[in-house]
Amino acid sequence: MEKLIQLFLAFSRIGVMTFGGGYAMIPMLEKELVEKKHWVSEEELLDYYAVGQCTPGIIAVNTATFVGHKIAGFWGGVFATLGVAFPSLIIILLIASVLTNFADIPAVKSAFAGIRVCVCVLIFNAVVKLWKKAVVDKATLTIFLLVFVMSVFLDMSPIFFVLVSGLCGIVITNMGGRGK
Amino acid sequence: MIYLRLFFEFFCTGLFSVGGGLATLPFLYDMSARTGWFTTAQLADMIAVSESTPGPIGVNMATYVGYTSAGVPGAIIATLGLICPALIVIMLIAKVLEAFRQNKTIDSVFYGLRPCSVALIAAAGYLVIKLSLLNVELFQQTGEILSLFNFKAIALAAVLLALTRWVKPTKNLHPIFFIGLSALVGIILKF
Repeated sequence: MEKLIQLFLAFSRIGVMTFGGGYAMIPMLEKELVEKKHWVSEEELLDYYAVGQCTPGIIAVNTATFVGHKIAGFWGGVFATLGVAFPSLIIILLIASVLTNFADIPAVKSAFAGIRVCVCVLIFNAVVKLWKKAVVDKATLTIFLLVFVMSVFLDMSPIFFVLVSGLCGIVITNMGGRGK
Repeated sequence: MIYLRLFFEFFCTGLFSVGGGLATLPFLYDMSARTGWFTTAQLADMIAVSESTPGPIGVNMATYVGYTSAGVPGAIIATLGLICPALIVIMLIAKVLEAFRQNKTIDSVFYGLRPCSVALIAAAGYLVIKLSLLNVELFQQTGEILSLFNFKAIALAAVLLALTRWVKPTKNLHPIFFIGLSALVGIILKF
């Protein structure tokens, strides 16, 4: 029971601190789950993201379910997921009922323009850190470069990249190209 | 039975929107046209609010739509509807993954997936950089190279980069500290 409460609280904290959804969450997940709690490793986080890209639902929820399930089974998954959604529910209800013009307030706009700059830097730092765990040889460097360039310049679905990269992983391993 | 319909509509949205947050948008436009629960103008407001509040955008949108169409219970039911499919699918996958963790093929799949994951994160980072550090539209209008850069934002980014990577006492602070700091700077310098 204590584990479940811990999961709920940890993911509520992550939910409160994530601005802009999805990938803006990565720095927070790193800090809270890998560095502070040691619940998962960086590699595991990356695996969860990849799977989350090609399964239904939003990434934040997918990752919460994965981590919760790993730490405390079925109910762990449920509590972590409810935790990540809970703060949004409260905040949005408040805004929807009280501050109908919230997003038009000049100070709110300025604050979020500032936060977006910070999110750039935090994502950059996260990429540098995760890079060391993921790009380990020539083959993985090639996958990184191809996916990055293609997803920036071509409007392609991430599902495609995930499926092809997974397949490449099998082919490269079987042809003995790994670790070179 | 608006509650049942809200749950069902958001359950479908959660089930079919693959790849996170903004992937729910096309479904919401479609929902607006079919149900009349909210207008497309309201939807645009919702996107703005979702993007300027903490939390995953998909959850924010579900709460907002649920609330405007059926009050507080509506908000809770829509949100639960949205997260249910992910919860079920991921639970199943997590079970399988844990059982096959040592499997050589699964290991090779993840060996290929990890650089892909990092690349997708980097690409998302690039989009945020384009949005917040550069003025692409202004540059296209004026054609002046100097107008491409948002110098105030770039200066803040440089300071943050130094504080988060090289300056010893601040390097290990929690990211939320830097988020708060940037919000303050944004308000004071009118970003």
